[in-house]
Amino acid sequence: MSYQNQRIAYGETLVALGKENKDIVVLDADLGASTMGKMFEAAYPERHIEMGIAEANMTSVAAGLAQTGKIPFSNSFAVFSGGRAFDQIRQTIAIGRLDVKICGSSSGLSDFGDGATHQAVEDMAIMRAIPNMTVLCPADANETVEAVKAMVEMDGPCYIRLNRNDYPNVTEEGKRFTIGQPSVLREGTDVAVCATGYMVGLALQAAEALEGELSVKVIDVSTIKPMDPEVIRRAIGSCRAVVTAEDHSIVGGLGSAIAEALCEDPKPMAFVGIKDTFGCSGHTYQEVLAYHGLTAEKIVDAVRKLQRSY
Amino acid sequence: MGQEKRSIKELEDKARALRRNVVLSIGVGVAGHLGGACSAADIVAALYFYKMEHDPKDPKKEDRDRFLLSKGHVAILQYAALAEAGYFPVEDLKTTKSIGSYLQGHPDVRKTPGIEAGTGSLGQGLSIGLGMALGMRMDGSTRKVYVLLGDGELAEGQVWEAAMAASHYKVDNLVAIVDRNGLQANGKTSDRMNTEPLRQKWESFGWKALHINGNAMEEVVAALDAADKIKGQPTVILADTVKGKGIGYAENVVGFHNRALTRELYEQAMQELA
Repeated sequence: MSYQNQRIAYGETLVALGKENKDIVVLDADLGASTMGKMFEAAYPERHIEMGIAEANMTSVAAGLAQTGKIPFSNSFAVFSGGRAFDQIRQTIAIGRLDVKICGSSSGLSDFGDGATHQAVEDMAIMRAIPNMTVLCPADANETVEAVKAMVEMDGPCYIRLNRNDYPNVTEEGKRFTIGQPSVLREGTDVAVCATGYMVGLALQAAEALEGELSVKVIDVSTIKPMDPEVIRRAIGSCRAVVTAEDHSIVGGLGSAIAEALCEDPKPMAFVGIKDTFGCSGHTYQEVLAYHGLTAEKIVDAVRKLQRSY
Repeated sequence: MGQEKRSIKELEDKARALRRNVVLSIGVGVAGHLGGACSAADIVAALYFYKMEHDPKDPKKEDRDRFLLSKGHVAILQYAALAEAGYFPVEDLKTTKSIGSYLQGHPDVRKTPGIEAGTGSLGQGLSIGLGMALGMRMDGSTRKVYVLLGDGELAEGQVWEAAMAASHYKVDNLVAIVDRNGLQANGKTSDRMNTEPLRQKWESFGWKALHINGNAMEEVVAALDAADKIKGQPTVILADTVKGKGIGYAENVVGFHNRALTRELYEQAMQELA
């Protein structure tokens, strides 16, 4: 079956993998009902550890578990798992290159109601800056299933960024996830839109809206790190300009990563992302996204503006 | 390897050898954490040469006891013990903190044999130890995890998150040892940030607390043995120590928290520890 929600895809996939792989251990900090760690807890209570509302301790406990041969998944909202526990991740997990998996759930603006305190707009920037860290941001539920499998297969620290809300899949079900490999979801020759997470779907809508006017390539960049400049350049191909789209600050996220990758052989670029501000509360995810300029229309505008500039 | 039976006298000799190794690592002209290494030398000697099941020839041996230096700034003390036990040559201690050395300023799990996890961002070692203890319990191991903390370090809130969780899960294969030397980088712990009363704090968090003189080998050994018999809750050993112990000029002097030795001070320390 195909899920329409990344959190459910995440929870179900851990349960499925945990059946064979007894080393998988899941930790939650009283948010298991939201991260869907509760599914693992129900299936394998002896391998789920409730850490209480104490993310710093949870993260270092995960490090200790990894050092006894476990594959711990440490779950919380992205603001906590990737923000509050930054030092624990950096000091022991990343320097030691330990096999700890960190889930940044309800990331970006996707926790629309809770406002700025709970909306991680900088988690990719933080995680990406840490040496030895792998950073994944799947586009949808389908890709989440495969990304979680890839996380278990790889050895070393990995951060996965997930969205809170239901939305339709835009990637193929069951397509093997290769860390570091972006996927071209729509071919195009004028402008490439490199998008990540929820914004991949909006990028496809934007490309559709521009059909007949401009040929827009849509690239799902689901690995934020490692990012091989050669691989990105090849994916962008002959497109003359690049728009990036992310539910994240334009400081340090996907846009920055792509710009770094292209800097030695640059193309005109535009960033669709949160403009170095915190988020805010709203009644729907789409409303909060729109307030911050994260819509298909804004991607269209960015593509047109870039097109005029060269 | 099972531990050979060593007398208290022999263990005291080992502690003196560790202090000599510490001075050797610091050398002359480069700052090193002398005070906090010497205060805990008896504890670490008792762990590596009396209590712990470990194998210098096979540092990753499946069923071993584990030691974590939560107060990672005294890495030179752990290196001193690892070298003395035969994990690597004592001579290599002189390379500590040099470019390219496998002996870094803080314990590095990727670089040094016998290091179980990177520590030294204070307040995190007990949590890491708890994770190891939980993992070992899942695997049915009967071995233990020993975590050495400083008394100043106990100002870090994460220590108490770990303390709460360890007693919540009745983790009795986890032993915390507090090197209570009463001094921290900038002065007396009681002046900078009072972490006392420690016994009441740990007991109220559900731990069994043992209080000893951490520079008296007999008491250290007895406490480590006593911890084996405590079931259903974690144990903390509150070890009263003297910072700089064994080196007259450094004893109880805040200034020797992290400082370089002159040639004269180096020689004086080595003579005293001979």
